[in-house]
Amino acid sequence: MTLKKSFETIAVSGVSGGDKATGAISYPIYQSATFKHHGLNNSTGYDYSRAQNPTREEAEKTLAILECGKEAIGFSSGVSAITACIHLFKSGDHIILSDDLYGGTYRLFEEIYKDFGLKATFVDTTNTKNILDTVKENTKAIFIETPSNPMMKVTDIREVAEITKKNKLLLIVDNTFLTPYYQKPLELGADLVIHSGTKYLGGHHDLLAGFIVGNDEGILQKLRRIHMSTGATLSPFDSWLILRGIKTLHIRLDRAQENSIKIAKFLENNSKVEKVYYVGLENFEGYELNKKQSTGFGATLSFRVKDKELVPKILESVKVIRFAESLGGVETLITYPITQTHSEIPDQIKQRLGVDEYLLRLSIGIENVDDLIKDLENAIGK
Amino acid sequence: MNFGTKLIHASGDIDPTTGSVSTPIYQTSTFHQFDIENFGKYDYARSGNPTRDVVEKLIAELEGGECGFAFASGMAAICSVLSIFSAGDHIIICGDVYGGTYRATTKLFSRFNIEFTFVDASNIEEIKNAFKENTKGLYLETPSNPLLKVTDLRAASKIAKEHSAITIVDNTFMSPYLQRPLELGVDIVLHSATKFLGGHSDVLAGLVVTKTKELGDRVYQIQNTFGAVLGPQDSWLLARGIKTLKVRLDALQKSAQKLAEWLESRAEVEKVYYLGLESMEGREIHLEQADGAGAVLSFKFKTLERTTIFLNNVKNVAVAVSLGSVETIVSYPAKMSHASIPKAEREELGITDTLIRVSVGLEDIEDLIESFKEAIEL
Repeated sequence: MTLKKSFETIAVSGVSGGDKATGAISYPIYQSATFKHHGLNNSTGYDYSRAQNPTREEAEKTLAILECGKEAIGFSSGVSAITACIHLFKSGDHIILSDDLYGGTYRLFEEIYKDFGLKATFVDTTNTKNILDTVKENTKAIFIETPSNPMMKVTDIREVAEITKKNKLLLIVDNTFLTPYYQKPLELGADLVIHSGTKYLGGHHDLLAGFIVGNDEGILQKLRRIHMSTGATLSPFDSWLILRGIKTLHIRLDRAQENSIKIAKFLENNSKVEKVYYVGLENFEGYELNKKQSTGFGATLSFRVKDKELVPKILESVKVIRFAESLGGVETLITYPITQTHSEIPDQIKQRLGVDEYLLRLSIGIENVDDLIKDLENAIGK
Repeated sequence: MNFGTKLIHASGDIDPTTGSVSTPIYQTSTFHQFDIENFGKYDYARSGNPTRDVVEKLIAELEGGECGFAFASGMAAICSVLSIFSAGDHIIICGDVYGGTYRATTKLFSRFNIEFTFVDASNIEEIKNAFKENTKGLYLETPSNPLLKVTDLRAASKIAKEHSAITIVDNTFMSPYLQRPLELGVDIVLHSATKFLGGHSDVLAGLVVTKTKELGDRVYQIQNTFGAVLGPQDSWLLARGIKTLKVRLDALQKSAQKLAEWLESRAEVEKVYYLGLESMEGREIHLEQADGAGAVLSFKFKTLERTTIFLNNVKNVAVAVSLGSVETIVSYPAKMSHASIPKAEREELGITDTLIRVSVGLEDIEDLIESFKEAIEL
């Protein structure tokens, strides 16, 4: 009998626990484009790396187990994973999305796939009634982020899953912010999980990667074909870096979350700060719901300053924290969503959501938290 | 198997499990043991790593030796080989040896009571006269760096053999494609594989090949004990670079010949050092033991002023240390590769302040000559 291993153990060992041929503890990097066949009609199972590569397969299988999915597919970036999902649909299909989501996703739907006849409606998915009101004849899927980016709004995955099941829709959840360590959407009823592996899974701001994880054989097969045909595949070296990153996912997230809670509380008590958006704060709107469907809060938070003149000062004076786009790495980053991650979203929507000139987003790293707080205090003032 | 085919296939690097045509990168430090009574081939990556194995086997095959070893840099390879000697041993070494080797012998190994005598190795009599009771090694570079002086490897290794001394040759400038010293009687060949073997200025590596298993065991003991081993990623890059060694060197050599001839025609230039030139001393011996002149040449300007202007203004090349890459590298031996040799000794060797070394790259030769012309005519 094989023991059912815990998350941390699978994360550390990977699905195969190393190389069977040599005993190498670290899985080899198969930096090969093609594979020799033993003979006619006798392939090793690998033919051409776009179709499958052993190192990518190891990363995919490892993530699949961690997300409680049947299979995962590795892409060259988070956005290319989302793009592959879109290819499941056709002209005339309608998709409902969280209105507060990553700008790149918005751009994909509104600028690229609109021209292909794909229709998208952006709604506040925290209220499931909004979803029900938007479902139409031709609606095929619901795409959510929870907690959302950058306002940390929480959507009830179970409740949305009920709607999608009843209406035969596909529920796609972008799980980048919490990772399977804290949240497993497939267990809550989602059909597909998406990751920008660039963020917490990689965890070192040193690679680009994307993943789709799912359970349904038919959908996975379709996605495999899309993946193979469009070719946005994850390279062997980056697959290996992902495997390496996943080994420390749990300890990185534990520390980053611990730091985040302290920083969120510091910001909450700062007189220059108007509001802190973090699902780890008990008085935050989505706190209870997030707790119901996940085991952690993550390490991304946003905050609004009272005076917008303070924003440039903060961005210029942080020293330990770096002013850069992206999130999920060991280094703490500060982002100005209105001009960076969310510049693609129309002003009208941004204003409604609160993504304005007062809002800053922090991705908390694993530096010493006192240094981070001191850095923020110096930049913001008391 | 011809050399060009060996480059691609000699390592047998097709992965048996998956059929992967490119050898996998085993980025691992340790290996699980499936049977506690019988350990597998690999246990700890310092002692052996499958990716490093591939490049080690390949270089042994290319140089025609028994054992190959990969090190973290050319100097790590040189120092590891020098470590097979003992206190009280005497080693004869060519006078215009690479500056780093000069530093290692005079500053480092001399402290362990290994004695060195520097000779003009292009003169066989000088080598012969330098042998003593305790001489255990003869260390050569041919063609030498940067003046491309030639040592008769057959004659030199024969003398060493008569004295039961080991002959070691740094074959970096030629690579096994152009010169295979082990076939000429030499015992150990070493390389800064950072140069032509890697070939892309993107990896630091050293390689060693021994003629016999017995010498191989001695080098392995040092490699495993001293631990200056080449990492898996760099082993893979090196194996990748070696695949194009022949095509790169064929093209580089052609361009080097043209550039050397052009430089020789210029009035501003006092002398050109390149074994492809009829005027070059040692050319006959060289062509008896090697298949080409390589892609490194040196030249001297008539004045220091011209030298400085050239170095500060030459375009489309890298003014840098190192050599053997896809890009043309112009270096200034007096201040770079040979800076660690005292000025007086340096001048005596002919490494003057007007000497420039060129490692010709894969750029279009017309463009390269044009760049040189512009900088010379300033």
